[in-house]
Amino acid sequence: MTTALELRQVSKVYGSGPSEVHALSEVDLAVERGELVAVMGPSGSGKSTLLTIAGGLEDASSGEVLVEGHDLATVSRSGRAMMRRRSIGYVFQDFNLLPGLTAVENVTLPLELDGARARAAQASGLKAMAELDVAGRADRYPDELSGGERQRVAIARAIVGERRLLLADEPTGALDSVNGEGVMRLLRAATHRGVAGVVVTHEAQLASWADRVVFLRDGRVVDQTAAAPGPESLLAAGDRQ
Amino acid sequence: MSVPHAILALLSDGPKYGLRLQNEFEARTGEVWPLNVGQVYTTLQRLERDGLVETDGENERSRKRYRVTDQGAQELADWLRTPPELVPPPRDELVIKVLVALQIPGIDVHEIFQVHRRHVIEVMQRYTRIKAEAAPGDVPLALVADAELFRLEAIVRWLDAADVRLRDMPPAPSPVPEGRPVEPTSTMEFSQ
Repeated sequence: MTTALELRQVSKVYGSGPSEVHALSEVDLAVERGELVAVMGPSGSGKSTLLTIAGGLEDASSGEVLVEGHDLATVSRSGRAMMRRRSIGYVFQDFNLLPGLTAVENVTLPLELDGARARAAQASGLKAMAELDVAGRADRYPDELSGGERQRVAIARAIVGERRLLLADEPTGALDSVNGEGVMRLLRAATHRGVAGVVVTHEAQLASWADRVVFLRDGRVVDQTAAAPGPESLLAAGDRQ
Repeated sequence: MSVPHAILALLSDGPKYGLRLQNEFEARTGEVWPLNVGQVYTTLQRLERDGLVETDGENERSRKRYRVTDQGAQELADWLRTPPELVPPPRDELVIKVLVALQIPGIDVHEIFQVHRRHVIEVMQRYTRIKAEAAPGDVPLALVADAELFRLEAIVRWLDAADVRLRDMPPAPSPVPEGRPVEPTSTMEFSQ
């Protein structure tokens, strides 16, 4: 596997002097292509800060952030903007779809901002939407879609084109548990096709869809799950009759 | 899991042999609860003794086919509507461990929470993998896995809530000076 995201000793400090807040402290994290990692922790533990720094939306105060081997600190502002459009996909809690655009226009927006031709962008957008089973809703506006469909469109936008890194902040939003599970299935499927995924969540059931769960507390990584032995270990136990 | 009632349920759509009951039981519980054929026959003998099932005699290979009696059907109907035991066992082992940890000087109770949180989530990952790898439309398996996942999630939520409640608590109880009223946090008792 190839490391798609690597955080080395990353710290983030907001403010200074007595009002100084250490949001992240010396965080090490590596996520391989094809791997889905969940980040769990209580409110204020630094989960969302970790995600914004990983995606180049914010700078770390110290440490290194490498996306596909490129140290973000050495990438120019425009280069970083290009990486955000081309290589990194985001899924937000409240979907963040633009209401004036159709579903497919929302999906193709990052490609078109990156200079792709409309026809090529449209083809990539429909392909991503087909993977998420929402191609039939391509010409609908966000307010004509159900909550589950909106989130599928948002995920399609995050994986469209040649994305390498998928970052999701509480991606199931206010969906019920079965629709929330559907979103996690899609994120898992997307990552297993070769994208690296990081999902921030406070819900254990959603986190359990990840290959690995990393626990944050007071801005530090305090623990992570071991590689799971697989479901057969439950079946072999034979103690649940 | 009530094996006798599960067998009554499996017989409710017609008479069956023991081996078929074993196969259907495992298929319908998503194979999460294996059942050996000896248990099936022991259970059938008990059900027959109690008048809840009857046989239509042995076939040429000495195998008996079982059918549910009216009394068995009534027993099954009553069982389906009887609420399960919702009151937890008097001593929840995890709660006791945490209460004990609170009493021991120098123990970081948050670290204890995290050890258990990680363990529970690792078990949840295994149940989720069962769901993820199940055939599309295998609803019984999803129901069985969901039941375990919601139960385990409740434990994680309890750990999270306990973590927040104890966030500002000093790591070890300080000795109570004589004559002072007892502080509730330093004298948690769990006699049942």
